[in-house]
Amino acid sequence: MKANIIVTLKNGLLDPQGKAIEGALKSLDLAGIESVRQGKIFEVELATEDRAKAQDLLKRACEKLLANTIVENYRIEFS
Amino acid sequence: MRAAVILFPGSNREGDVIRALAKASGRKPALVFHAERELPQGTDLVVLPGGFSYGDYLRCGAIAARSPIMEAVRAHAAQGGRVLGICNGFQILCESGLLPGVLMRNSNLRFACHLQHLRVERDDTAFTSRYRKHQVIEVAIAHGEGNYTADAETIARLEGEGRVAFRYCDAKGAVGGPANPNGSMNDIAGIYSENCNVLGLMPHPENLVDSLVGGTDGRAMFEGLAALA
Repeated sequence: MKANIIVTLKNGLLDPQGKAIEGALKSLDLAGIESVRQGKIFEVELATEDRAKAQDLLKRACEKLLANTIVENYRIEFS
Repeated sequence: MRAAVILFPGSNREGDVIRALAKASGRKPALVFHAERELPQGTDLVVLPGGFSYGDYLRCGAIAARSPIMEAVRAHAAQGGRVLGICNGFQILCESGLLPGVLMRNSNLRFACHLQHLRVERDDTAFTSRYRKHQVIEVAIAHGEGNYTADAETIARLEGEGRVAFRYCDAKGAVGGPANPNGSMNDIAGIYSENCNVLGLMPHPENLVDSLVGGTDGRAMFEGLAALA
């Protein structure tokens, strides 16, 4: 079973990389881009096929290491 | 004083802090590898040195904070043992939960590398007994992620409990404005744990212990610690 974990900075926090990328995209004459925020994706392969167990395991992985919940949000998506 | 300096992959200021500690205490600190599970017996002070542990992968200090030796550091702190985290060591302390908050990218997006004035906020802790309250000292800073950030409640608690150790200021001791090099909330350069036995700070007092390299304002921290144990 595979899952993606997406970690993003909470709203309102400065995201310098996102800002720089946003500026570069705007300079490429790509009209219509309002703003860009950068996050991280972790592709995880799991030993279990049990969705609930996987959800629980990945939640713990996020809380223990993958996200700093003071400043970051995470979401878990199964593919 | 028996000090133990923890070596993580990517630490690079351990030599500086070992020299500062040895000079102040007359005893060479133990160098302890991150994969160890125990501190040397009788350790008084644990130091997490600066550097770029694990290449700053994931988040600064995040992976080092979960290394085996950190359990022993946590136990040492819980028993009232002293812990000093400098620069990346401060980031590791925040990531490990030994100190609250997080160090974000500098607000001006630049790596800050220069001499910086700090105001000593209190002189009644193990780390600052050789300074005077509101003394202005000049030490080095060298970091890209030193922008201290925490929620409003945490900031209020730190301020209310007198847990801000140092604030960025100008040569005259005026805090804030252009004297703040990284956007830190309340101009915070370093904070204490609840019992003031754990100190994390972004600046490098260990680099200013010898007049040969431009100043000695960092020396008092190590001499004060050495005098205690």
